[in-house]
Amino acid sequence: MSTLSVQDHGVAHHEEGHEHHHDTFLTKYVFSQDHKMIAKQFLITGITMAVIAMLLSILFRIQLAYPDKAFPLLETLLGRFAPEGRLDPEFYLSLVTIHGTIMVFFVLTAGLSGTFSNLLIPLQVGARDMASPFINMLSYWFFLTACIIMLSSFFIQKGPAGPGWTIYPPLSALPTAMKGSGLGMTLWLVSMVCFVASSLMGGINYVTTVLNMRTKGMDLWKMPLTIWAFFLTAILGVLSFPVLVAGVVLLIFDRSFGTSFYLSDIVVNGQVMPFEGGSPILFQHLFWFLGHPEVYIVIMPAMGISSEVMSVNSRKPIFGYHAMVYSLIGITVLSFIVWGHHMFITGMNPFLGGVFMITTLIIAVPSAVKTFNWLATLWRGNIRFTPAMLFAIGMVSFFISGGLTGIFLGNAALDINLHDTYFVVAHFHLVMGSAAIFGMLAGVYHWFPKMFGRMMDEKLGYLHFWLTFIGAYLVFFPMHFMGLDGVPRRYYAFTEFASMQRWLSVNMFITWAAIMSACAQVAFLYNFIHSIFWGKEATQNPWQANTLEWTAPVERIHGNWPGELPTVYRWPYDYSKPGAEEDFISQITPLSETMSSNLPHDFEDNPAGLEALNTWTNTQKANEEVK
Amino acid sequence: MAFKQIIHSKKVLAFLAVFMLLGTNMLMAQTTATADAAKPGVDWLGVGYYVLLFFLLAISVAVIGKILKVYDLSQQIQGKKGIHWNNIMGVICLVFLVVGMAGAYWDITVQGSMSLPEAASKHGVKIDDMFLTTTIITMIVFVITQILLFVFLFKYRHSDKRRAYFLPHNNTIEKVWTIIPAIVLTVLVIFGFFTWQEVENSTDVKGQPASINIDITGHQFAWELRYAGPDGVLGKKDFRLTAGANKLGIDYKDKNSMDDLQADTLVLPVNKTIRLNIFAQDVIHSVYMPHFRVQQNAVPGLPTFFKFTPTITTEEMRRKVEDPKFEYLLYCNKICGSSHYNMQKVVRVVTEGEYNQWIAKQKPYLTPALRTELKLASADQNKSITNNRLALNN
Repeated sequence: MSTLSVQDHGVAHHEEGHEHHHDTFLTKYVFSQDHKMIAKQFLITGITMAVIAMLLSILFRIQLAYPDKAFPLLETLLGRFAPEGRLDPEFYLSLVTIHGTIMVFFVLTAGLSGTFSNLLIPLQVGARDMASPFINMLSYWFFLTACIIMLSSFFIQKGPAGPGWTIYPPLSALPTAMKGSGLGMTLWLVSMVCFVASSLMGGINYVTTVLNMRTKGMDLWKMPLTIWAFFLTAILGVLSFPVLVAGVVLLIFDRSFGTSFYLSDIVVNGQVMPFEGGSPILFQHLFWFLGHPEVYIVIMPAMGISSEVMSVNSRKPIFGYHAMVYSLIGITVLSFIVWGHHMFITGMNPFLGGVFMITTLIIAVPSAVKTFNWLATLWRGNIRFTPAMLFAIGMVSFFISGGLTGIFLGNAALDINLHDTYFVVAHFHLVMGSAAIFGMLAGVYHWFPKMFGRMMDEKLGYLHFWLTFIGAYLVFFPMHFMGLDGVPRRYYAFTEFASMQRWLSVNMFITWAAIMSACAQVAFLYNFIHSIFWGKEATQNPWQANTLEWTAPVERIHGNWPGELPTVYRWPYDYSKPGAEEDFISQITPLSETMSSNLPHDFEDNPAGLEALNTWTNTQKANEEVK
Repeated sequence: MAFKQIIHSKKVLAFLAVFMLLGTNMLMAQTTATADAAKPGVDWLGVGYYVLLFFLLAISVAVIGKILKVYDLSQQIQGKKGIHWNNIMGVICLVFLVVGMAGAYWDITVQGSMSLPEAASKHGVKIDDMFLTTTIITMIVFVITQILLFVFLFKYRHSDKRRAYFLPHNNTIEKVWTIIPAIVLTVLVIFGFFTWQEVENSTDVKGQPASINIDITGHQFAWELRYAGPDGVLGKKDFRLTAGANKLGIDYKDKNSMDDLQADTLVLPVNKTIRLNIFAQDVIHSVYMPHFRVQQNAVPGLPTFFKFTPTITTEEMRRKVEDPKFEYLLYCNKICGSSHYNMQKVVRVVTEGEYNQWIAKQKPYLTPALRTELKLASADQNKSITNNRLALNN
């Protein structure tokens, strides 16, 4: 049956022995070059940043729910940022800004891609490590530097950056315009340059590893959807992040060296500024050229993880694997030509607005295909409700709810009245905030055994899921209606408008729902930390999954597999195949060993194999007839 | 049995007792502490209360968790199967679907009815139509997909007796659900594209009366209005001229500027086309008038505009929303600094007659103070103003 073996695609072997060097604490846990350790570093830093950003959001949610009430505790905690127990309006804007920045960049980009691309790319394509472990380590250290710089801005006189996470100039360019545009803004910009450097180093590594270091037999169409998602995400990041740096550097020039890239015709406090000829819109173009792909950088890894987790736990192949890959590619390509939908009413040429509207609504088609394919994956499955599965399902539910409101906002005519209202807040918190964080949590629960060799507690996972899932809907669903009433985002208080005061009770409700969801995260943190040290020991393949990482030993050795790297013979989704003994067949099981379950479909580009299958089926039939 | 063990467990009892004691201790201590403080300090009592509440919650969760674990183990010892978590989760999914859908329905009816009243402008009606179409389509998709999702979860929950159905792909059905969304979105795109073009079409059509030009300038944290004087033309502006009383930088070398009027309220005549010319002095602001479905950013160095026709007067709208205090508002909708949340202007839509009366009362930008500042020949100006007044009264 040698004809059934998969052809070697010329992927180099990595059989050279890894001599066992002695790791010190410093080389093993701190300056580690092992992708698995770097993944854990990204994850723990990401979770820490997420907790910080979540606490910031609770602070401003309290302000929105009780605008007239003083909380002396806040003064004790925040000092001059909350004089007499009330948040300072400028500090409120800083909170909003830093919450957004941390969540989008530090948690959902670095924390998500950084963790799971690092962990899964070498393990799922069958490589010993990343293409460049040293650059990989640098990527983490740049990320940590960026985090520290960003957080350090809380400890300066004027407080952190305040012009919103989109830092539109002139507000962000004029230190006189608000406190948050002073030193805090400079730190924001420096932090972001470090972050982009980190992101690029990571991205280049991911792309290189996927393209060059796949094991024998792992052709592109045998890669799990997680790898496809990480691969395309990395490409997006590598192509779009440099544009943000360009925009940021020009902003630094405007702020510090008196240039006028983004500034023109400006009078601050009655004083005429010398800037002429610049355009604030230019910054918005540069920002959103990254900013829009960024939201796909955030959601695509979550889609990949959810696809994998849902397939494993439905015990069913992912429905329409090729369609899933093509829709990811479609989203990747389209995401570069839709950035203008953030700028419909900013003064961009209305004709451009029309064009961007068309491209934006087209992107809904691949998204719809993905949703339907997930539903079809669940259909007639045998669904095991592991916490990871629940979070993957939550991701799909949020993606539907939040994605549909995108059809409103992507429509330029409707955007006129919805732009920058709470409708937008509801939309993106569901579709990219909650959906992406649920994808990330699904990943944490699913690959925890691979990271730490132990299992997380399932019951606590259930509690965490339901409280967070319900909480997120309670927080974000009512916000749509505030938006429909024309309530703008980034307002310090809704006390100044009679028409907005009636939303106060809703705001209180939302705040308490948010506090409940925040408390639910304690269940997760306890579970996470406790399980690292005292969790139940994991087996090699606790979820009965097909992908390569579960063929590696539980001990998580340097170089991933002892001896030779595994050879891949089949796609990763052979679950519940009729005729097979078990309901899963690992990617490293040759087709020749599973004659009873092979289908003609398995031999689409392998005529010799198909012939062998036909011969085998004929013999079987002949045998039966003889009987 | 297991339950009894837990209930009689001395450890748990002791735990609870210690916590109650510590909690009350803390509460008592804090009452005295707050009594000592002269000025109202931190309400440690309240803080302690919430912390205690959280701890009690966490402990009860832990206790329930232990009970479940013990129950599960005891079942296993007896040779039975433990709790069927897959079944429980499946049922919760179904319950979530039902309660969630009911909640969403409640939210849409109760809070949905709190959203903006009908559009008070010509183009706004078209936008609202578009909104309704989109809502209906998305609502159908929302309901169907969420029902499918959670019903599948319940129906296909794990069972040892069953095996999942091996279905890697089905090209026909995949084509169907690619093409259907594509068609629906094409319809929405075409509908939206033409609505957008119509809304944004800002050139005055020949033969129709020219629109009324009003300048609105945003700065931290207020809006300045400038109406054209009797000549109907707004004068030029130059930001370099901003100084002292000339806060908008109006160029008084341009004769059209002389009679330009300032106003506190944005008063608009009903059923007349208005062209708002939008400027910003310091940072980006956004002119947002949700009742008219109007929004356009005010960008320093990039004059923008929005053309619209108000169709419902303030009086009529007050009757429609049954609120005698109702006012149309214009407010800032782009983060612009500390008082961004209170940067509003009242908009009043009136009949044409009322509008003419009102505008006749407005004062020009060129105040005597400004005139002396700019050293303009005052005699010459006085004459032109009296002329204008006469012209207006005619």
